[in-house]
Amino acid sequence: MTQTQYIVTCNEQIASGIWSMRLRGNTAAITAPGQFVNLQLPGLFLRRPISVCDWSEDEMRIVYKVVGEGTRYMSRIEVGVSMNVLTGLGNGYDIRPCGDSPLLIGGGVGVPPLLGLAKRLRMSGKAPQVLLGFNSDKDVILADEFTRLGCTVQVATMDGSCGIRGLVTDAIPDHYSYYYACGPLPMLRALLAQMTQDGQLSLEARMGCGFGVCMGCTIQTQYGPQRVCKEGPVFRNTELTTDI
Amino acid sequence: MENRLETSLSGIRLNNPVIPASGTFGFGREMTAWYDIDCLGAISIKGTTPEPRYGNPQPRIAECGNYGMLNAVGLQNPGVKVVVDNEIPQLSQVFHQPIIANISGFSIDDYVFAARQMDQTDGVAIIEVNISCPNVHNGGMAFGTQPQAAAQVTQAVKAVTHKPIYIKLSPNVTDITQIARACQDAGADGLCLINTILGMRIDIARRQPVLANRYGGYSGPGIFPVAVRMVNQVARSCQLPIIGCGGVSRAEDVIEMMMAGATAVEIGAQNLVNPLACKQIIEDLPKVMDRLHIHNIKDIIACVNE
Ligand SMILES: Cc1cc2nc3c(=O)[nH]c(=O)nc-3n(C[C@H](O)[C@H](O)[C@H](O)COP(=O)(O)OP(=O)(O)OC[C@H]3O[C@@H](n4cnc5c(N)ncnc54)[C@H](O)[C@@H]3O)c2cc1C
Ligand SMILES: Cc1cc2nc3c(=O)[nH]c(=O)nc-3n(C[C@H](O)[C@H](O)[C@H](O)COP(=O)(O)O)c2cc1C
Ligand code: FES
Repeated sequence: MTQTQYIVTCNEQIASGIWSMRLRGNTAAITAPGQFVNLQLPGLFLRRPISVCDWSEDEMRIVYKVVGEGTRYMSRIEVGVSMNVLTGLGNGYDIRPCGDSPLLIGGGVGVPPLLGLAKRLRMSGKAPQVLLGFNSDKDVILADEFTRLGCTVQVATMDGSCGIRGLVTDAIPDHYSYYYACGPLPMLRALLAQMTQDGQLSLEARMGCGFGVCMGCTIQTQYGPQRVCKEGPVFRNTELTTDI
Repeated sequence: MENRLETSLSGIRLNNPVIPASGTFGFGREMTAWYDIDCLGAISIKGTTPEPRYGNPQPRIAECGNYGMLNAVGLQNPGVKVVVDNEIPQLSQVFHQPIIANISGFSIDDYVFAARQMDQTDGVAIIEVNISCPNVHNGGMAFGTQPQAAAQVTQAVKAVTHKPIYIKLSPNVTDITQIARACQDAGADGLCLINTILGMRIDIARRQPVLANRYGGYSGPGIFPVAVRMVNQVARSCQLPIIGCGGVSRAEDVIEMMMAGATAVEIGAQNLVNPLACKQIIEDLPKVMDRLHIHNIKDIIACVNE
């Protein structure tokens, strides 16, 4: 974990209400896909937690949806602006138990951290299957980037305007070795109830600090109270109860 | 060499007046990832109750624009046994300054139990008795809003302890000086104020309270003037040393709080948004003191009352 200044090098809209931002700066504190950063924004007291979508030695990318004051402000940030960021927060996904054919399941703005994960899985010689769910074709993000990495991609939309019609949970393949998920709570709950193999799921919570000192983000797990920002945001399916 | 920042609480020497406030610094150890915490004057650790507590349901945090935040954590802690057996010994390995153990409870017996454990724990220098938590029902703040109840807790805790007892007061009262005097008369060694101010935020799109607990404690820069006023009122009506707390976010605020009457200063919410806050404030203090022609920080305590 470190506090670092980053320079915005790109901030562009990629789908309806969804933006992709690239930031240049030291990324040494980022050690695993699925970790997050906490962004300081002028005029707002609390930082905003956003998952790392992907990163290289001196650049990181985040993909975010405009939902309120903070993310609206972010969408207006211009290239060249310097931002104060806490990086390398949270545990991230553990790629070790992935097996031969890992399945990545993303819903909406839960998709971004899976891109960094897919890249690391590809780098270790795996061929991930990727299942992405959105409301409609105007919300679809990053699907072609997964394809370009060499993943098999299946898109599902609620209205059928892109890919198959329905929920990602309707499209789980029969064969996969392990799963990695990030998305809205109903999707995660359905996966916990339905999946036959083990997996890892990334959660969200309102955060005070993002680095483990305020207990603002704690959830109940099979192993007692755990901080989403510290023990999480990624939890094993065996740690979670379906009433998350 | 003379230390211009030195202050002391009930005979306990602090290298500087800057203390992270309970609940905003975990059990201290977590913060070693950010800096060498030995630079701090002291640390007030997370509020501890006799039994482990999960706290309130999610969400527990709400923002208040630029002014601060609400929290309704509800005293999540692993219970006094774990804190005494694991957390404090681990903190003592990396932190060689005074530890302030913050305790809370739901009955006089709870306070007595937790205080006795902390009194017997090496490394604990001061026991801070939180009678002001707004986020738990039938307890916490109930003791901090009535002079008689505040006096009862103080007396009961004093009877079983040897270490200095600081009572942490609630701002959610009509006249804080009444409570402060009741604690003084009951034998308190010092006071800490203020805890959070009871607040509420509503999600206007969903027409629902943001916090699952409905109400939560307001802290951060927005409460600073209220805290300064209350510290000053208490300083003018009591003789006890005061740890000033509430909305402090920079070195100038530490100085202002001390001028109001504080002997040391706790910093809460600012740690959450800037993990380096306390360290930076300590580094800034001498520069600000130079600018204001303050030689020793002790010289300014309660100077506005002279
Ligand atoms: C670990 C983690 C990773 C995340 N990754 C992403 C991501 O990659 N892309 C993305 O678009 N969003 C992500 N989110 C959600 C993102 O944090 C919120 O959408 C954002 O904080 C909203 O801020 P706002 O000011 O626009 O909204 P407002 O509603 O005005 O925010 C008010 C307060 O509520 C908090 N808040 C609101 N919604 C959420 C939420 N869903 N989760 C946590 N806090 C919230 C804000 O941080 C702020 O403190 C992530 C959240 C977490 C906890
Ligand atoms: C997340 C959070 C948790 C807190 N937990 C405690 C606690 O356990 N015990 C306590 O006495 N005060 C607790 N407080 C109150 C702070 O110690 C402090 O009194 C208050 O936040 C005002 O100071 P500030 O404005 O600098 O934050 C908590 C505050 C916050 C923000
Ligand atoms: S957000 Fe503070 S402990 Fe997780």
